[in-house]
Amino acid sequence: MLLIRCPYCCEERSEEEFTCAGEGGIRRPASPDDLSDAQWADYLHFRTNPKGLHREIWCHTAGCRRYFDVVRDTVTYAIHSTTPIGATPATRETDD
Amino acid sequence: MTDVTRRLPEGGAIDRSRPLAFTFNGVTLTGYEGDTLASALLANGVDVVGRSFKYGRPRGIVGYGAEEPNAIVQVGEGSARTPNLRATRVELEDGMVATSAARGPGTAMGALARAFGRLLPAGFYYKTFIRPQGLWGFWEERLREAAGFGDVPDGADPDIYERRYGHADVLVVGAGPAGLAAALSASRAGARVFFADENSAFGGTLRWSSVATDSESAGEWCRHALAELADNPDVHLLNRATAFGLYDHNFVGILERCVGNAETPGKAPRQRLHQVRAKQVVLACGAIERPIVFAGNDLPGVMTASAVSGYTIHHAVAPGERLVLFTNNDSAYDTALTWHRIGREVTVVDVRPTADGAGPDAARAAGIDIRVGHVVQEAHGRRRVNGVQIAPVGGGKIERLDCDLVASSGGWNPLVHLSAQTGVRPQWSEVALAFLPGSPRDGVHHAGAINGHTSTSACMREGARVGNEAARLAGFDGPRDEPDLPDGDDGPCAPPEALFLVPHPRPSRESRQFVDMQLDVTVADIDLAAREGYRSVEHAKRYTALGFGTDQGKLGNVNGVAILARALGQGIDETGTTMFRPPYTPVTFGAVAGRDVGEFFDPARRTPMHEWHETHGAVWEDVGRWKRPRYYARGADERMDEAVRRECLAARGGVAMLDASTLGKIDVQGPDAAVFLDRVYSNGFRRLAVGRCRYGLMLREDGTILDDGVTVRVADNRYLLHTTTGNAEAVLSWLELWRQTEWPELNVHLTSVTDHWATAAVVGPKSRTVLRRVCTDIDLSPDAFRFMDYRAGHVAGVPARVYRISFSGELSFEVNVAAQHGPRVWEALIAAGDDFDITPYGTETMHVLRAEMGFIIVGQDTDGSMIPDDMGLAGLVRHGKPWGFLGDRSLSLPEHQRPDRPQLVGLTPLNPATVLPEGAQLVKEPRPKLPAKMQGHVTSSYLSAAMGHSFALAMVKGGRERIGETLYSPQADGSVIPAKVVPSVFLEPVVDANEGESQGAPQPLALAPLPAATAPAMLNLCGDGTHEFRRAASEALCLTLPGRPCTTARDTSIAIHWLAPDEWLIVAPPGEEAEIERRLREATSAPGAAITDVTGAYILLRLSGPQAREALASATPYDLHPRNFPPGRCVQTTLAKTQALIAAPNEDTFEVIVRRSYAHYAEAWLTDASS
Repeated sequence: MLLIRCPYCCEERSEEEFTCAGEGGIRRPASPDDLSDAQWADYLHFRTNPKGLHREIWCHTAGCRRYFDVVRDTVTYAIHSTTPIGATPATRETDD
Repeated sequence: MTDVTRRLPEGGAIDRSRPLAFTFNGVTLTGYEGDTLASALLANGVDVVGRSFKYGRPRGIVGYGAEEPNAIVQVGEGSARTPNLRATRVELEDGMVATSAARGPGTAMGALARAFGRLLPAGFYYKTFIRPQGLWGFWEERLREAAGFGDVPDGADPDIYERRYGHADVLVVGAGPAGLAAALSASRAGARVFFADENSAFGGTLRWSSVATDSESAGEWCRHALAELADNPDVHLLNRATAFGLYDHNFVGILERCVGNAETPGKAPRQRLHQVRAKQVVLACGAIERPIVFAGNDLPGVMTASAVSGYTIHHAVAPGERLVLFTNNDSAYDTALTWHRIGREVTVVDVRPTADGAGPDAARAAGIDIRVGHVVQEAHGRRRVNGVQIAPVGGGKIERLDCDLVASSGGWNPLVHLSAQTGVRPQWSEVALAFLPGSPRDGVHHAGAINGHTSTSACMREGARVGNEAARLAGFDGPRDEPDLPDGDDGPCAPPEALFLVPHPRPSRESRQFVDMQLDVTVADIDLAAREGYRSVEHAKRYTALGFGTDQGKLGNVNGVAILARALGQGIDETGTTMFRPPYTPVTFGAVAGRDVGEFFDPARRTPMHEWHETHGAVWEDVGRWKRPRYYARGADERMDEAVRRECLAARGGVAMLDASTLGKIDVQGPDAAVFLDRVYSNGFRRLAVGRCRYGLMLREDGTILDDGVTVRVADNRYLLHTTTGNAEAVLSWLELWRQTEWPELNVHLTSVTDHWATAAVVGPKSRTVLRRVCTDIDLSPDAFRFMDYRAGHVAGVPARVYRISFSGELSFEVNVAAQHGPRVWEALIAAGDDFDITPYGTETMHVLRAEMGFIIVGQDTDGSMIPDDMGLAGLVRHGKPWGFLGDRSLSLPEHQRPDRPQLVGLTPLNPATVLPEGAQLVKEPRPKLPAKMQGHVTSSYLSAAMGHSFALAMVKGGRERIGETLYSPQADGSVIPAKVVPSVFLEPVVDANEGESQGAPQPLALAPLPAATAPAMLNLCGDGTHEFRRAASEALCLTLPGRPCTTARDTSIAIHWLAPDEWLIVAPPGEEAEIERRLREATSAPGAAITDVTGAYILLRLSGPQAREALASATPYDLHPRNFPPGRCVQTTLAKTQALIAAPNEDTFEVIVRRSYAHYAEAWLTDASS
């Protein structure tokens, strides 16, 4: 059971208040009609699934109902950072 | 069993004035208050407590605590039976009924095993029974029966269980010397301490240790320390509580056994599960003694040395007369001295060439016989040991010693289980001759014997230091009063000598050298695994089943690793150990479920008219979490088909009414509301006129249908969006995801108002006439109030929104009022329709009526892979909108262009009385050759009262081109139902009914005056978060909007709760919602503010008193301790299986605001939790 800091409520809360909405940092293509079927399928279906730091979107469902970025280690489950949408989450590079 | 009593005449922590009668395997025995089941069995001379798993060998009690592999029992009878308990951990209660889990030798398989025991090596079962493959299931059942894991309880568990959340700065696991010192240090630093120990008493070995301070003995110090901890309100002391799992981010599962409740099942909890979140965790779990493996070591009467001491000292039970004590270290000499003190004979067999520590010296001084440089090779006996064979190390004269008790000590295994659960692999230490925990994760600390320390004072010093450090890391680094620790010389400890297995001169004895007693794994098995190529310890474990029992190999694992290392010719460090998973000891499902059973298993959401339905014959259907009337039975005898027929005819021919309150409703406000809806719906919403409604289709990005529903344009910048009942939350999350992450530039706010509106759909040719009698300020005439119009006015004197929309194809008005007025308006409509026999109808009739029109239900007729065209809804797809819409691009993918995609069609069974089962598959021929090609399946199927025959909707491959074709549905019973493919629309909607009503003024219904509001007014306020907005809103409310997260601003009349950075909940005196809304709208005329009346959406519960905090602590994972949650705070969190906003107006009151539909559940749950 993870402990996740909500960047809006500004405190750590139990995982059961949250839902994970999948990989973060994926922007919807600006002009979908200009993409080939393969490019569109890539946006729709393909995700990175790394071993290590992973950028995710979570929602504080039972709390403030706001989405935010999480960088989580898929090996240790350590939460590396939680940041509001729009802010730049700490990535592997900036961490080093 | 013998007729001896092994109870000593004096001593022990038992109350001899309180004898307790109990039965074991049907025999009545007596113990005393303070006994465990194990000590009572030993006292009664019960040698054999069970039969072994594989060979059916008689087994006795070996250990003293959680490590016990043999004495696995069931306690209780019938449905109250608790399986899989260790007798060593069961506190004796009067009238207890206990049985061995594995009694044998009654089974054929057991007899086979005993006869051919030596022929059943590791892997035997798999090798023997796996072929032919189909038979493994048969054998598995027989083998499990023979293995004897006890009987499954035969009914629902009558016991009750509790689950609560705990919060701590420092959690200390284990209350021995190190844990006690750690808890004391941390609490003196000011930290909130949770202190758990699995024993019934705190203190562990400190209670009889020889260490002391200047003024106090260890026992006295221990009592004072515990008194100090008990007096501290910020220390939670918990005995009989096993920390069984250390999960991510210091989430710890602790199972508390509540004793004394056996006679009153269902009254007081039997067990309590604590889910504790700790900033820092100190593992002071201690160590358990490791036995030494020798031939015949599984005979009853062979125990660990510390178990012999434990029973003798604590329970005044001497488990034998003459003891042979076999050791490789000094600690066992304490047992020898204890045995000597009670006046019984003991011989110590010490593998070491010399024994000259303080313990051996004291033993020698007492005249105890010590044989250094010797080993016990074999224990003799049949149902109990009667002697041992000893020999000098390295060979020499074999000697037999008569005895009835053998105790061995091979050193100490630190309890690394919890540490290993965090993924930290234990490391072998040649110094400690043990696996020590690896470097702990952040926030976890190890102290005491878990680190391999053997001296009490060293453990205490380390405990105090670690407790201090944990408190400092938890934020308590101020000055504190350091505890004065007892000190003293535990005596110079001579080093132990590595010894795990005593080789026997005859190799055949390897099959009698037991490593894992619970699963009957022997040295021969491990050697075989090594010979067959299992070099990894994990593989060897799985091949031999070593450590797979419910005891997780607490006694056997390390010996098994050492024996495998020897067989592989490598070091123990190289071999490594297997890991441990939670739980440390078994946890009952009841404790995990807590009170979430029966009516609390899944919350039932109720509409405002629930009670009315209940008193009018509603038969319920679960739709999502909602309880909806499926139909209303008139009288006890009316069947569903009769009721549905009656309800359908009323709707088509007269007037009927449906409670549609469960539909999801989202209030969409903001200057960009139209743009937003245009993007999320496949059809257009920007040009929808104010006062009009439109049916819309929402797609996922892959083009499939997510949801559908009617959206109303209430004002220029305001829409009300409806979702399907089951999809309300998913749709809101979906919309918020896009609003917050992709389109933050859109100025639009979404507020869930599902619970705010009570909805009555008045349906049928007479609906207009009926509505006129209770609604006088809306012109309901066909020209003024057209199909898909929306009007605001009053119904039964209550502000109402009326939509002329129809899910039945009939003339229909959906009347929406704030939920608190729902029952009044519903009853007024029923009264107004009385002379037309207005008929309430349920979901079943609703389904029939809509299916006759060919209207789909998302989630019933669609299955998550359907695109609009599949459902014949291509007309609702508007390509070329300014931004496009979600899912647009995917509709042109080749997969979505296939001509043989499933398409919605109608079916009429050739036999008009036959109703096709929903989900039935369709094929081309009545008796097709198998495998037959599926043509589609039935999605909805009913008997139509209006048409007089059965009909169905189905998804059929290329179905729209196949009208007229006959398809066949083979049934499980061998029959075949033929049905003709027809268009999906069976009846044409009534465009506008001219119901032939009398012209002229209606006769308004006489109504009781509207009573004054009693529940607080509530408004949801969203803004853009700018200074101007907040100032304007604050001025209008005469109270500053709280800017700090999770706080409440309050004055004498209103409270404003922070919900999110741009969202607040205003709670005001009853009846003021309209006035506050007006003031806010005036003040915040700038675009960007969204004000929503949610008075009907929530119920405010007030809880006070000491029970309140405790009840909430079992309902919410949030920490409501005054330090974390002082007055002025508010929090939105989970409350049991729903959600709530909890606020603290003052020191001892909590306000709990829950959604109205969950109010009944939340109230009942909290009442149950506080009783």
